[in-house]
Amino acid sequence: MMMTKTVLAAACLGVFALTVHAEEGAKLIIDGEELTIRASAPAHAENIDEVSSGWIYRSKETQSLQLDDFDNPAFVFVDQAIDEWDKVDGSEGKACSSCHESVEDFAGLRTTLPRVDDGKLVSLENLVNECRTERMGAEPWKWSKGKMTSMTALIGVQSRGMPVNVAIDGDAAPFWDKGKELYYTRVGQLDMACSNCHEDNYDTMIRADHLSQGQINGFPTYRLKNAKLNSSHARFKGCMSNIRAEPYKEGGPEFQALELYLASRGQGLSVETPSVRN
Amino acid sequence: MQCLGGRMKLFSITAVVAGLLASAAFAEPVAPSVVKYEDGVVMASLTGVAGDPVNGRNVFKNRKQGNCLACHVNAEMLEESFHGEVGPEMAGVADRWSVGELRGIVSNSKMMFEGTIMPAFYRDTGFDRPLEKFSGKTILTAQQVEDVVAYLQTLKE
Ligand code: HEC
Ligand code: HEC
Repeated sequence: MMMTKTVLAAACLGVFALTVHAEEGAKLIIDGEELTIRASAPAHAENIDEVSSGWIYRSKETQSLQLDDFDNPAFVFVDQAIDEWDKVDGSEGKACSSCHESVEDFAGLRTTLPRVDDGKLVSLENLVNECRTERMGAEPWKWSKGKMTSMTALIGVQSRGMPVNVAIDGDAAPFWDKGKELYYTRVGQLDMACSNCHEDNYDTMIRADHLSQGQINGFPTYRLKNAKLNSSHARFKGCMSNIRAEPYKEGGPEFQALELYLASRGQGLSVETPSVRN
Repeated sequence: MQCLGGRMKLFSITAVVAGLLASAAFAEPVAPSVVKYEDGVVMASLTGVAGDPVNGRNVFKNRKQGNCLACHVNAEMLEESFHGEVGPEMAGVADRWSVGELRGIVSNSKMMFEGTIMPAFYRDTGFDRPLEKFSGKTILTAQQVEDVVAYLQTLKE
């Protein structure tokens, strides 16, 4: 009786989206392992108390796709990367497996990226392409194209369940500062900053979308909207276009700095790669 | 030189005549950069043409125009699904704000609410990295602003 009343009331308000909000307190358990989807915010995310995974804000149906790797459509692409792992490519006659005994050796890597190597900020995509161009003599893969996102998903899933833990001090500090500045800068004809939606208004509805904190612990992420894996930089690009702003370049210095800053805002959340979103 | 001067004069006369004609028939809308805000309030109509509340209602919900529904629950259009919750509900907005205040809020809400997330719908400069196709443009036309304001004035409790 109570149920019907609530549903009716919501329907009368016309706010149908509210009825599909996920249950408060739902847990993300994959293969018997519980992932950390809420954590107290790190001191450097000074305007929020708690950090939370984007999974929390998705509908029950979308959430459930991530609970079982057999249901998670991202694993089709992870499987493709497993094949790619052994494939010889380039002038040196090598495959990934020629140098790396097992992809499982990459457990933990995703938690620390992006990081500074020799004064340069590097993302997982850079590390993959460095192997391709310098060690295999092969063409680099495009930042957000299928081969790259499949491989970053395969490498990322080795760290699933481990807490995000990027370095933001020392060499990383200037990159982090730049990322922070970008996060709070209003852009585009709609004149909004990332913070306007993902810090000031997360957990509210913006038309049909339930706003999350815009965390990147689940990337690359499979989106039902385009039925493929999406890099974090592609998502940044999408959000910028939505506010009618000219996006920065995928793989460019601005998005890399933003990636570092966002990763640091998710400090303590589990790596969820490959996550499922709408 | 002489010749050029003569031409200039002719041109400016034509411009004046055209201007007079225009203000008689359909006045040029007030340009975004010269809209007069007094404490966030815009007293004068942007077009001199009365707003059309029926079109204003459309602008309010249309995703490519105002998309106001993205952020505001509006009890007057319950048939629309997905009302956003970012801003205040629209019910009774005409009881809370005068027409000049509503015009100011829609044209550039930052004049009324410092640091607000709400976009300025009648502003065409001062944006960082606007997409080329929107560069130098306002989100809504002056008449669309007048139409939305006319629609908001119908939202009484
Ligand atoms: C107008 C509101 C708005 C602005 C401004 C905005 N976003 Fe988003 N963003 C969304 C919506 C809506 C979604 C999809 C629902 C969600 O996860 O919040 C989203 C999703 C995301 C996600 C995916 C989160 C996940 O768990 O899959 C990331 C990452 C993100 N945004 C980053 C950014 C960055 C970086 C900026 C600034 C360059 C930005 N957003 C600006 C509305 C916005
Ligand atoms: C991205 C979010 C967003 C969009 C889009 C938006 N608004 Fe708002 N609006 C707000 C917020 C937030 C406030 C409250 C002011 C504040 O505190 O920032 C507000 C306040 C208002 C108010 C004052 C309401 C009151 O009761 O005090 C009116 C009227 C209004 N908006 C009308 C509109 C109209 C009309 C449109 C579209 C043409 C629109 N808004 C689009 C976020 C939005």
